[in-house]
Amino acid sequence: MSTTTVSQLDKVKDGPWSGGKSPWNLEYGKIMMWFFLVSDAFTFSAFLIYYGAQKFAQPTWIDADKVFQSIPGIAESGQPLVFVGIMTFILIMSSVTMVLAVDAGHRNRKDEVVKWMLWTILGGLAFVGCQAIEWTHLHHQGFWFGRNPATGLEGDAVAQALAPYFTKDISYTAALQFSNLFFTITGFHGFHVSIGILLNIIILSMTLNNTFERRGTYLMVEKVGLYWHFVDLVWVFVFTFFYLI
Amino acid sequence: MSNHENIATTHDHHDHGGMDKKGIWRVFFILLALTALEFLIALGFVHHWGILQKGIFVNVIYIALTLVKAFYIIAYFMHLKFEKSGFIVCVSIGFIFIVYFIVLMLIEGDYLLYHLQSHPLFPNN
Repeated sequence: MSTTTVSQLDKVKDGPWSGGKSPWNLEYGKIMMWFFLVSDAFTFSAFLIYYGAQKFAQPTWIDADKVFQSIPGIAESGQPLVFVGIMTFILIMSSVTMVLAVDAGHRNRKDEVVKWMLWTILGGLAFVGCQAIEWTHLHHQGFWFGRNPATGLEGDAVAQALAPYFTKDISYTAALQFSNLFFTITGFHGFHVSIGILLNIIILSMTLNNTFERRGTYLMVEKVGLYWHFVDLVWVFVFTFFYLI
Repeated sequence: MSNHENIATTHDHHDHGGMDKKGIWRVFFILLALTALEFLIALGFVHHWGILQKGIFVNVIYIALTLVKAFYIIAYFMHLKFEKSGFIVCVSIGFIFIVYFIVLMLIEGDYLLYHLQSHPLFPNN
């Protein structure tokens, strides 16, 4: 040691940021997917925070339990949270099958990746289907972008049309804000789910084409998986702020 | 390109500690249990038995449970817990601004609540 001592300046730097290796040990595309998700999380946060701010600013607000209380094909009313509970379960379940696909990819098991990707796509389709039913139901009741059940009515009819959806004071403005924000936010989320299904189908066909097998890595499944989990994550928040609170 | 392959191969060997199949299902059951708890509070305690009232207290519980669920999804499903700490800081630090944004919008909402109500131009009924 004493004979080969080098001065501090001459030492070769070998820290993670000194060059020669990837400091985060992550592939470029995966980092970019993360950064995209961070920006997307900001968009969704802005939407949800605006919803919260509106709810906070209005003296009264719609009662979610009275708006969402049907189970399509089973009960027309009186069952709050049940249908959205099924939707939440479907999405969490499809998130799990996605992790299982990623896990199978780590082990280079093509058959398992195909199986779990198929389940994930199925879960995604089921979720979007449920959301379509929910939207149709609300649309029939008179809710839509820029519209609530009392739109176009005058006088006492306004309060009468809105009475079934409120427990406290009735407000046309609050019902309108709720309607707009519900369709905007769940619509934006549903759009994300649809894109996710499309990406999953692309990844599935690439797997079937042996693209990843030839490449030697199923990293692409992981990247799309990140996106899919993010969609699930957003739903967790949408569920809380629209249906529970 | 060579860099990409280098990462891909090292990635397989050590990276995903703690997330085997058993771990995945464990996280799933935690998420399921937390969601079930939310339903128990909403349908059971608030609706059925009327033990709790809708209000700030249950809302805080809901938000806390949501954040725990979010943690499990991000940390385990999205694998962030097993990445390098520099990367974790890099993707999460920006959310300080979201916290700031929430505080700002709550203050704004509070202002509107008290001032629009007494304003003659904006009747709220």
